[in-house]
Amino acid sequence: MTTPTGWLAAGLSIVLTAALAATPAVAQTIKKGGTLTYMIPADAPPSLDGHKENTFATLHATAPFYSTLISINPDNPSSSTDFVCDLCTEMPKPTDDGKTYTFKIRKGVKFHDGTPLTAADVAKSWQYIAFPPKGVSSAREAYMSMVDKIENPDPETVVFKLKFATSAFLPALADPFAYIYKKDILEKDPAWYEKNVMGSGPFKFVEYETGQSIKGVRNPDYYHEGKPYLDGFTAIFAAKQSVRVDAVRADRAATEFRGVPPSARDELVKELGDKITVQTSDWNCVNLLTPNQKKKPFDDVRVRRALALAIDPWKGAPALSKIATVHTVGGLVFPGSPLAATKEELQKIVGFGTDIEKARAEARKLLKEAGAEGLKFELMNRNVDQPYKFVATWAIDEWSKIGVKVTQRVLPTGPFYEALRNGTFEVAVEFNCQNMVNPLLDVAKVLPRSVYPENYGGYEDPKLIELYNSMLKETDPAKQRAKMREFETYALDTQVVTIMTPWWSRIIAHRSYMKGWKISPSHYLNLNLANIWLDK
Amino acid sequence: MTAVTAATEAPEEIRRSWRDAALGFCRRQPLGTFGLAIVVIAAVAGLSAEWIAPYSPTANDFEVMTQPPSWAHWLGTDQFGRDLLSRIIYGARTALIIGFVSAFVGGFAGLVLGVGSAYFGGKTDLVLQRVMDILMAFPLIIMALAVVAIFGTGVQNVIAAITVPLIPRCARVVRASALSIREVPYIDAARTSGFSHARIILRHMVPNVVAPFLIMLTAFVGQAILAEASLSYLGLGVQEPTPAWGLMLQGGAEEYASTAPWIAIFPGLAIALTVFGFSLFGDALRDAIDPKLRER
Repeated sequence: MTTPTGWLAAGLSIVLTAALAATPAVAQTIKKGGTLTYMIPADAPPSLDGHKENTFATLHATAPFYSTLISINPDNPSSSTDFVCDLCTEMPKPTDDGKTYTFKIRKGVKFHDGTPLTAADVAKSWQYIAFPPKGVSSAREAYMSMVDKIENPDPETVVFKLKFATSAFLPALADPFAYIYKKDILEKDPAWYEKNVMGSGPFKFVEYETGQSIKGVRNPDYYHEGKPYLDGFTAIFAAKQSVRVDAVRADRAATEFRGVPPSARDELVKELGDKITVQTSDWNCVNLLTPNQKKKPFDDVRVRRALALAIDPWKGAPALSKIATVHTVGGLVFPGSPLAATKEELQKIVGFGTDIEKARAEARKLLKEAGAEGLKFELMNRNVDQPYKFVATWAIDEWSKIGVKVTQRVLPTGPFYEALRNGTFEVAVEFNCQNMVNPLLDVAKVLPRSVYPENYGGYEDPKLIELYNSMLKETDPAKQRAKMREFETYALDTQVVTIMTPWWSRIIAHRSYMKGWKISPSHYLNLNLANIWLDK
Repeated sequence: MTAVTAATEAPEEIRRSWRDAALGFCRRQPLGTFGLAIVVIAAVAGLSAEWIAPYSPTANDFEVMTQPPSWAHWLGTDQFGRDLLSRIIYGARTALIIGFVSAFVGGFAGLVLGVGSAYFGGKTDLVLQRVMDILMAFPLIIMALAVVAIFGTGVQNVIAAITVPLIPRCARVVRASALSIREVPYIDAARTSGFSHARIILRHMVPNVVAPFLIMLTAFVGQAILAEASLSYLGLGVQEPTPAWGLMLQGGAEEYASTAPWIAIFPGLAIALTVFGFSLFGDALRDAIDPKLRER
């Protein structure tokens, strides 16, 4: 048992370690060399293709091998507006009333097979992301709905022409999954990157043991001078949290980049003291409880509404935050963002009311009206402990309070995605985890699948699309905010296309010798390892 | 009058002989009796969980999260504020349902295949035994993992996952006993009398392999409970919020080993005690039934 003194010590250590983490790395002399070992908290990813996948399991395994056109500033990853060039030479100023962005591409960049990387490779990669040919899957196609054309007028230039000016474009371009692939390979076999790795990033691919580990070595031809600092890295897949925490405790790994729950943080800090550094951040991630509207009775909005009404997020969030990586009650938009609903605005939306008993009485009435009294269904979940299984256990108990009996089916990551894509589920614990805090694009998750490929709710709704497009094209912030409220209310209240759970809280506990890495509000960002060095 | 007296005396005699046999078993097999007591306690707990569990096993109570054992919660609470004693009592039901169903289905399938294989012999025996060899080449837990990986998690699939590996184990032992019985004269006599295969197998062979079969069944129940706990611990068995000992152990051991050890200790003890109970009872049953060991 932990004594009050123990907790005080743990708390003090956290404050101290967080303060240490905040100390600029430039104050210390960077040491080169060494191999970073980190854990990936997942089973094998469905594939290694960043364009196709949307899971961190793919990104954490492959980001160090690839370049992107632009990225967030690795020295300021918490900012949602601070972008820097990766393959481009300088951040362009838009022309043509904000509708044209011209990027100049670095010279002398080489793929890991020694061939030169040109603007043609960049343009082709982005064309496959924004306008995937028939039979090619792009998880980010919907983010690029504002793009009209991507051109490659000469070997050093890529031009993006937009249909309309929008502030959502640059953050979308900084997507860390938007790897630059080799044009020739893409044209020959677009599926090649699902099982193979060949990029131009800071590390060269060495080997991948499916679901076990992936290794990389320093790319001596890397175009950011002096980087990477590491000789190489080994990433180990481990879905079980205890395995990962034990690995950090025993120094078999320096960290994991997704996030640990409060209990693991406290345990590591208590045992390792100043050998562990803790960085925390709000997390642009939320679990959604999504009913499959192609399955009865979830095609009935009264049933979906009843499921939303049964859940009390205001009581659940503070309690869950003690045991899981969730923290804040919020709507569709990342809490704290200017476009997010205030508490008062939220409370007007179904499932966010303050009188839970009244809400549950209404839920029972709705189920009765819909002929779904004593509803039983299966909740499909992913085999990831934090916070998926915790959120599911909480939701199942909340639903039991309106007489709904729910069992849980847990699947490994690959079959989980397959079931989502095939629609072989009744209600799923899925997620909306975005990289940049870019609410205009982040909320696209609830758009029908015909527009947003990673939507699994099984519905079509022209009005929802119309509301979204209107908001996306709005450039006046006040009007845009009002339109966001309208969109959010329609999605969460009128149609209840999904049920929100508390937004996540990101806690990274890493060995203190790992330097040069800063936390961001997303476990997708700042993962190419180019800035990391080992102080040992 | 005499006939009536005789009719009432006969059941009394039967009752007495059962009681004497039971008392004799207790006297000769004190450890087995202890094992049986554990099994009975677990069975009673599982059967009467609704009446004896002090709280709902699935209801979250955020006011009492990770509370140590107290008068209100004798074995403490877990991370969701659920009463551990109630979850262990209900968990006995999950364990015993999975244990008994897997053991009985696997055992009976093995019995049929084993006796059938021995009786028919020839190519039937050859093919069946090679299939059994293949199945037995995989350790029980690996085989169960493969089945769960194919069919997914959940109580029914876990039962299937545990049942499949038990079949060849039972079939192999039963076949060995049945092979010797096949050669005895009364089986030949039954054949020459024109009895059907089913009658010979069910009436004349099966009763003679029941003793080793029953002993094996008790061992299988323990093995199945352990396999269920292992699968649940690996996240591949029963899923939350169903109370299951392995699942409780997993949740507790992973995150709260140092801060709230009771979450893992009590379900761990429940698994260990129950498997121990079945093991002791099975050993004692073997000693009691086997004439070679009975007089030792």
